[in-house]
Amino acid sequence: MPCNKQLVSKKSFLVSLVALSGLLFFGGCGQQLPNNPYPDSVANEKVLYSSFAERPKHLDPAVSYASNEYAFIGQIYEPPLHYHYLKRPYSLEPLTATAVPEPVFLDASGQPLSSDSPAEKIAFSRYGIDIQPGIRYQPHPAFAKTPEGDPRYLNLRPEDIAQIDTPADFTHQDTRELVAADYVHQIKRFALPDLHSPIAGFLGEMIVGLNELSSALKKTMVEQPDVTIDLADYPLSGVRLINRYRYEITIRGVYPQFIYWLAMPFFSPMPAEVTHFYNQPLLQEKNITLDWFPVGTGAYLLEENNPNRRMVLSRNPNFRGIPYPSSGTEEDRQAGLLADAGKTMPFIDRAIFSLEKESIPVWNKFLQGYYDRSGIGSDSFDQAIQFGDGLDASVTKALREKGIALQSSIAASTIYLGFNLLDPVVGGYSESQQKLRQAIAIAIDMEEYIAIFRNGRGIAMHSPLPPGIFGFKEGELGINPLVYDWHKGTATRKSIAAARQLLVDAGYPAGRHHETGVPLTVHFDTAASGPDAKAFLDWLRKQFAKINIQMVARSTDYNRFQDKVRSGQVQMYLWGWNADYPDPENFMFLLYGPNSQVPDHGENSSNFQLAEFDQLFEQMRNLPNGAKRQALIDEMVVLFRQQVPWAGGFHPQNFTLHHSWISNLKPSHLAHDTLQYQRIDPELRDRLRQAWNRPVIWPLVVIAVIVILLLLPALYLAWRREFRLPHGNRQ
Amino acid sequence: MISGQLALLISDYLIWSLTLIGGATLLLGLRNRLQRERWRMILSRPPAMAAFILLLVYLLIALLDSTHFRPLEIRQTGDPATSSKQYGTTEISLLDLLLNRIRLTDERSYSAPLALYGYSKEQVVTTTGNRRDYPRLKYGGAHVTDPANRNRDLLTRGSRGFGIALLILLPVFLLYRLMVRASRLSENNPRIAWAAAFATLAGLVLIGAVGYQLAGPYHLLGTDKVGQDVLYLGLKSIRTGMLIGVLTLLVMLPFALILGTAAGYFGGRIDDAVQYLYTTLSSIPGVLLIAAAVLSVNLYLDQNLTEVASLQQRADLRLLLLTAILGLTGWIGLCRLLRAESLKLRELDYVTAARAFGVADVRILIRHLLPNLGHLVLITVVIDFSGLVLAEAVLSYVGVGVDPSMISWGNMINSARLELAREPLVWWSLATAFALMFTLVLCANLFADAVRDALDPRLRGRQ
Amino acid sequence: MTAYLLRRLLYSAPILLGVNLITFSLFFIVNSPDDMAHKHLGDKRVTTEMVEKWKQDHGYDRPLIYADDRRGIARFSDTLFARHSLRLFLLDFGRADDGRDIGADIRQRMGPSLAIAIPHLLIGLLVYITVSLILTFFRATYIDFIGVFTAVALMSISAMFYIIAGQFLLGKLLHLTPISGYLGGLDGFRFLVTPVLVGLIAGLGSSVRWYRTLFLEEIEKDYIRSARARGLGESGVLFRHLLRNALIPILTGVVVIIPTLFMGSLITESFFSIPGLGSYTIDAIQAQDFAIVRAMVFLGALLYIGGLILTDLSYVLVDPRVRLE
Repeated sequence: MPCNKQLVSKKSFLVSLVALSGLLFFGGCGQQLPNNPYPDSVANEKVLYSSFAERPKHLDPAVSYASNEYAFIGQIYEPPLHYHYLKRPYSLEPLTATAVPEPVFLDASGQPLSSDSPAEKIAFSRYGIDIQPGIRYQPHPAFAKTPEGDPRYLNLRPEDIAQIDTPADFTHQDTRELVAADYVHQIKRFALPDLHSPIAGFLGEMIVGLNELSSALKKTMVEQPDVTIDLADYPLSGVRLINRYRYEITIRGVYPQFIYWLAMPFFSPMPAEVTHFYNQPLLQEKNITLDWFPVGTGAYLLEENNPNRRMVLSRNPNFRGIPYPSSGTEEDRQAGLLADAGKTMPFIDRAIFSLEKESIPVWNKFLQGYYDRSGIGSDSFDQAIQFGDGLDASVTKALREKGIALQSSIAASTIYLGFNLLDPVVGGYSESQQKLRQAIAIAIDMEEYIAIFRNGRGIAMHSPLPPGIFGFKEGELGINPLVYDWHKGTATRKSIAAARQLLVDAGYPAGRHHETGVPLTVHFDTAASGPDAKAFLDWLRKQFAKINIQMVARSTDYNRFQDKVRSGQVQMYLWGWNADYPDPENFMFLLYGPNSQVPDHGENSSNFQLAEFDQLFEQMRNLPNGAKRQALIDEMVVLFRQQVPWAGGFHPQNFTLHHSWISNLKPSHLAHDTLQYQRIDPELRDRLRQAWNRPVIWPLVVIAVIVILLLLPALYLAWRREFRLPHGNRQ
Repeated sequence: MISGQLALLISDYLIWSLTLIGGATLLLGLRNRLQRERWRMILSRPPAMAAFILLLVYLLIALLDSTHFRPLEIRQTGDPATSSKQYGTTEISLLDLLLNRIRLTDERSYSAPLALYGYSKEQVVTTTGNRRDYPRLKYGGAHVTDPANRNRDLLTRGSRGFGIALLILLPVFLLYRLMVRASRLSENNPRIAWAAAFATLAGLVLIGAVGYQLAGPYHLLGTDKVGQDVLYLGLKSIRTGMLIGVLTLLVMLPFALILGTAAGYFGGRIDDAVQYLYTTLSSIPGVLLIAAAVLSVNLYLDQNLTEVASLQQRADLRLLLLTAILGLTGWIGLCRLLRAESLKLRELDYVTAARAFGVADVRILIRHLLPNLGHLVLITVVIDFSGLVLAEAVLSYVGVGVDPSMISWGNMINSARLELAREPLVWWSLATAFALMFTLVLCANLFADAVRDALDPRLRGRQ
Repeated sequence: MTAYLLRRLLYSAPILLGVNLITFSLFFIVNSPDDMAHKHLGDKRVTTEMVEKWKQDHGYDRPLIYADDRRGIARFSDTLFARHSLRLFLLDFGRADDGRDIGADIRQRMGPSLAIAIPHLLIGLLVYITVSLILTFFRATYIDFIGVFTAVALMSISAMFYIIAGQFLLGKLLHLTPISGYLGGLDGFRFLVTPVLVGLIAGLGSSVRWYRTLFLEEIEKDYIRSARARGLGESGVLFRHLLRNALIPILTGVVVIIPTLFMGSLITESFFSIPGLGSYTIDAIQAQDFAIVRAMVFLGALLYIGGLILTDLSYVLVDPRVRLE
């Protein structure tokens, strides 16, 4: 029957579909689960599975300045200091250094001063750092030497590297002891003009001699463009090598926050051999660069760097091993965070980070046990989290049964809705302009925003300082009295009527200019796109409509948006700041006049310039935490509330979930070397994965049967056509 | 009585003039016997008749929504002497006015269809203190004092709507009987499918009446993330969808038709030039081309229209430019098809014969080629029409779709991406957008099928 | 024939030049070198001086197309356009703005995209044409009506919905395939099942509808009638005559999508975390990496032109009436 040819082929398609699913099923009968996204061979090793959403742009510690990059290089590079894993408030402790350095103050002629000298007499501060001997780098070809003692892979020829794709492909790998000179070399690298370090400008103002070094290097590059620069030939007056294990950094004036910088990856050691090795043009042509293949002394090394698919960290065989901290709070003890006290870290052998660009697959794979930890998107929130009567969060029953646990913490960040104070309408410092901003601040209901978009994860902003940072005040003393009233033990937002009255005082009765009658329109600039952004803009429009102001959202691409912020063309924008270090200076400087976006491209995107505020800031900045500093901060906060450079904002609360097989987790927003502390129970994980992911096959069979049943009448019809219809005379 | 000042947007003018021109052509055409025959043939098919009526309803909604004005409002300053009348700050459309009962009833966040409570727990302040619970909605079912009575209330309102629908339908039914009798008496063949028309109408009236009874006091189709009524959003999207489909096709058709047939028929230099043009354009991956064009257009808007334009005007301009860009990049597919088909047609005997007799090229094109291409154009147009409505969602994903403030199916579907991953699932936005879009696309398809059969010279011979 | 081929090949040079000019101007309108510099230098603590430096280092400090300050041919050659766009003709894609070699990245990412695209194309053609033929066979019956209705319903659903539903059903509920990810080699088969299946179903509606209309169009033609009159069975008519005559429009449609397949699907690759060229491109757009976008556009154009020449050749093979001069 020729007519059934298509039907047969369709049927055979179905058969092959069933066969295919059978194949999957029988594949699943072995050890490998058919939906396991990882190769079988690594099932029972101590491997952590995690994900990353965006390809890290830089892994060179002098250039990298993003938290997603720190997730990798924080495990590889070791700056002299780091944050204690458990202690809160965050405290610094030595990592490769022997102690946290105390500054020595110097006067203008370089003579030491006593530590209680007045700030105006101090011209320089000097930090001396001692490095522990015996720390060794990860194996790397840059350290390999010929029998004569010369670097083995320095003047490579094309035929030498024909088979080479990564540094690990070189036959000879070696290591070397960490010395103070490596730290000095790294600081000098900030002056390299073609490195484009994001903090070069900032450090140049701070570290003595760095700007001079930079101009010297630039001069050389212009005059002798073909010469390869060896930083050893260029002195840096502010950074001195004292001996094999000690170096000193001299900075201008007093800057107590400097020691926090010593805990950031910027100040990691960089051996000169390594930079010489990577500077070879032949290697750069093969994409073998320092930005791609880091070399450090930390607990892990980057085994595989394929950001198109996955990044793999594995244990550094030369790592000295650090003991797990044995001090912590009583809470930490109860949470089992001290069970490993004193044991040698790291506990995990490898960490595999897979690329996931969308949030939905990450969440589903976490539920299947293929990721060990996960954040919670606002849309899967109700599935994961429930609130008890006391409003404390816990995971839902379904997740608790899987052994999933929750950790929450308030991030040291502030996300804010800023005004541009240079704008003729919403900017300015006159009383009516202040009132306009106050009215908007009341109208934009941040509590509702947090409830709708963040499921209550966050606290509305009352001052620039997030909780956990010195100067933050809780309760009635901490509320912003211009926007809130203290009512029955909670901060209650002032009524819309009050906002409308402020608007009348500001000269915009019912949202129109009191003289011209022109309706007031406020522009909100944003680079965000996607469904969440749309919902946010709809919501924001509603907030402005409450006081009859029209809001127009101007969405552009990120570049354009940044460009507008930089040139002061925005009216309102949403921006956030994550703390570099736990100090109020790091937040208040966002409103410091000399730090304005216009014209200095500083971080003060609101271009808030108030002489009084700046004066207070300059006093506050250099003080140690204490009553005097608190008083200054309070004065600054009063000015901030009165002038309203930011219409509102919040401090996000981070919820992370983790499975029962991972332990020693404590959220930290400043520590970067967190991987080595964590512990994994691979047997438990494997057992639960097997239990959670049994393939279900019967729906496919059902579907196949239904399709066949549906086809039967068709077959009949076909038969009838072919035989009964008048023109169907068979040959 | 609400008075206001007419404030038509550019797209309003376009859609109105298109409708008027289209309607006039149609009515004038009906004076021609052949045209009348064709229409009779189309409308004799029940599915085509139903589709035709539904398409008219969509068009009506789009037209209602394309009549923007600024409502009059009294400016209160407390002192009667300075109080004055002036027009509102935002343009609203006639449709907005009709839908006031669901336009102005925004909740805080998600709520399910016909729900009394919000969809996710919030902090609720009660007499005993703060608790996390499902909050009672501000508008949805606010008149229901006892939540247990909701179903009874729904039933009462539903049946009232049903009754009203019957009352409306009674005279329509009589009219229908008259029509049927009239068509039986006339000699015309085939008969117009009045039964299908009546059934469609009855369905629409029923849905409308019941919907009207329920949609004010409740959120008939739930609310979205920021508490807007989904039914309102769905209805407002009709205009956006129709505009994107119709205006884009309007831009792209002349390009495709003229260039495609010319290239295929004349060949040689013209063919080379056309091929160069569309190969160059289509070599650039579509999304990239559209993205780059939309981004630069937005840049232009930002630089030149900061102060003048209101929210709607801005969104409207963006929409127009988007359709222009889609049209300028979208003609290639059809053009290629037409060229290939013309390439084939010009070798046919009657065309070569006509050429041999010295018939002018333009005449051959119009008389011999175009009629044989009509069906191809129509099919592509219908497929493109629905594809364009869908393409909007993809463009939104890349971030270059219609203005985010604009209500559209694409924006609703794009939000549904997150809503589908929610637990419990939020399905009503997607379902609403899908149902409305599906109806439009299906109607366009069914109607086009009938039109194709009526247009195709070979098929007509069969009847 | 040979002359025709030669002519077409020669014509591809101006086409590629046109493509280059269009992309070049579009992307530089949107994205000035200043923007790129800022994007690459990050958000924090960036100074004007650093921006200038970056532009200089990456060769973005020259005029766009015409250099006033140069003499002779250098007025055109020492510009951004000449430096960055023209060398593509030698298939030298150059380096991305972060210093990576684009050619190496493209070679690496080609595999995953093709692993999805080839099964999609082949199975797709087979399934779509089979289903359409069945519907044509049963035209004007309930099967045809249900088929069209389903096709229209399928094409009214957003592609995003299919992806989410596919991951949810196969990965999350039935535990049959990984939710997302990619592996090379034989084991990678599991990762391809869902994306390919989702792609097939997402394309089913519009393709079936399109092919069915084509076939219905052909089936009313005279040669089919005469074939029937000769007493050929309906299925014989469908296979021997209809399919062959419908090949021209089918080929036209297929060749157009070949480069799109190679370039990968932007959405699918993002959702399934497949490291192919589609996600490469969308990453580049988001990162405003002009060098990559330019290279991808150029590559797409090359493939497209190749495809067009193949199409015209196949017309001749399929239908002897078509002559190419």
